[in-house]
Amino acid sequence: MKNCEYQQIDPQALPTPTPTPPPHQGNDIDEEEKKKKKKKKEEKEPKRPKRKWEVFPGKNRFYCDGRIIVARQSGVLPLTLGLILVTSGLFFIFDCPFLVKHLTSCIPVIGGVLFVFVVITLLQTSFTDPGILPRATPDEAADIEKQIDNTGNTSYRPPPRTKEVLINQQVVKLKYCFTCKMFRPPRTSHCSLCDNCVERFDHHCPWVGNCVGKRNYRFFYTFIVSLSFLTAFIFGCVTTHLALRAQGGKGLVFALQESPGSAVELVICFFSVWSILGLSGFHTYLVASNLTTNEDIKGSWSGKSGEDVTNPYSHRNIFINCCSVLCAPMPPSLIDRRGFLPADESAQTGGTDIELPTLAAKSEINVCTQGTKGLLESAALSPLLSTSCPQGKPQTAHPCPDSSSPAANSDPSPELSTGCGAHHTASSHGDASPPRHTKTRSKKCKRAALHIPNPAFDVPVSPTSPDTGPGSKARGHKGASFAPLH
Amino acid sequence: MAETHSLQDMRQQAAIAAKVFIQRDYTNGTVCQFQTKFPSELETRIDKQQFEETVRTLNNLYAEAEKLGSQSYIEGCLACLTAYTVFLCMETHYEKILKKIAKYIQEQNDKIYAPRGLLLTDPIERGLRVIEVTIFEDRSLTR
Repeated sequence: MKNCEYQQIDPQALPTPTPTPPPHQGNDIDEEEKKKKKKKKEEKEPKRPKRKWEVFPGKNRFYCDGRIIVARQSGVLPLTLGLILVTSGLFFIFDCPFLVKHLTSCIPVIGGVLFVFVVITLLQTSFTDPGILPRATPDEAADIEKQIDNTGNTSYRPPPRTKEVLINQQVVKLKYCFTCKMFRPPRTSHCSLCDNCVERFDHHCPWVGNCVGKRNYRFFYTFIVSLSFLTAFIFGCVTTHLALRAQGGKGLVFALQESPGSAVELVICFFSVWSILGLSGFHTYLVASNLTTNEDIKGSWSGKSGEDVTNPYSHRNIFINCCSVLCAPMPPSLIDRRGFLPADESAQTGGTDIELPTLAAKSEINVCTQGTKGLLESAALSPLLSTSCPQGKPQTAHPCPDSSSPAANSDPSPELSTGCGAHHTASSHGDASPPRHTKTRSKKCKRAALHIPNPAFDVPVSPTSPDTGPGSKARGHKGASFAPLH
Repeated sequence: MAETHSLQDMRQQAAIAAKVFIQRDYTNGTVCQFQTKFPSELETRIDKQQFEETVRTLNNLYAEAEKLGSQSYIEGCLACLTAYTVFLCMETHYEKILKKIAKYIQEQNDKIYAPRGLLLTDPIERGLRVIEVTIFEDRSLTR
């Protein structure tokens, strides 16, 4: 009877092989007891089906049982949220009552609408899958390996594998991704911070704490445009408020004393509005010419090497380009975070041989100078933030209702931001030496982009003059945007 | 009778002989299209016209999903005005087409491919990178 019980176990059905007992153990009765205990334990605990996000190989964190995805390093997303909430809060508390009384009651309405837009689009940019490509299955990878002519050279790292395709009469080289084991589709790039290939990769934005790619570019663009409107609006309102208060010979100092919150807003808005307006202008140019930040920085289609290269993805019409980038049908998420794993694949993670490919992946990618430079500059903040922010397992996160209502998206975010915001204020006080870093929000992204010489536009860039640099770059881009399209 | 297999029987009993991957065709840009070239491994199993017809229909369905027409522009503008919150409530145009594609592949598998010992995998399960065609061992060959 006892022998029959454990002969019924099919070893192929078990995901992990049962450990063979050491040969020196001569006591057979002990072995039998061990096997029986193990079988009973397995019978008592039926393995619950795992969802795919639980075995996702990239460096991402998932909340709400896979509904929300963020990069592992949240970057300075809490700072971004904190600045927006603080500035808008001060605006509604200090400036709106005065302006409603003296001007019009439309002001808080407009401010409120813009604020809601900004927060919603920011959260959508941060929590949406940017267009991550799932890694190739072992069968696919083996098939691709067979097709590649492997000459079997003895060097430590195999040469980068490329494949050339013709897209709209333009030769485009597709690179092989060693981490994801596939040839990257055109415009796809591997983000080393998230360890994923992302379709139509734009950049990894630390302000948003996520990559910006095909699926969330429209959210990102709406975010920066509405943020530039909000910042300019608040700046204008605060200036009007202080000017009205200082009327009648009372002076600016008196006005500031009466409304101290306005002083804070003024400083924040003054330093942010130029960089955010510059960034919006830059991205408007990118949208109009159907380019990504990655391609613009690398100069893929600018003809720097003297070849006759044009952007093969551009529709040669600004309106159609804008519509195709912003109004195209929303592509689906390819990683199927909430799907259940088939029972036989529960152990398959696909990340076993990574010691060579991670090196290759990092060196191959000329991907996010914006993101990496910004991250280096905010390195003082990020260790504090990453340890204080909730980690990826859903048990520690705010439990979300199962129904996917809009509340599900907004519910965990205040928890996250309040949880991180409290820790963050402590760190920002200690980090007083580079005050401009905390105040200038997306200037880091922009400044890093400006450092890379863009041969298409010989606009002299001086990083020390924030108001002229991004502005002139934006003007330069805007001026040139019409030229190559016609 | 021994030649035809039902889909369930195949999945449970038959052993996988090989897998063929139909790669993406990027000549028209980044739209989702698959190569219609007939792979040599399938020559003994299925008619070339039949297979190319399947791939062409799939390509047309994907093109329809990603088409930039007036409807998609209106949907996009409406979504933008509502700060994209409609995506949480509504099923997008693309998702509707994906359901159609799933149904079409199921139908093709049941009618054409399973009887020949083949199985098409929906490309969405492979990240829209490949169409995976699984070739099962044909035991009926031993006659």
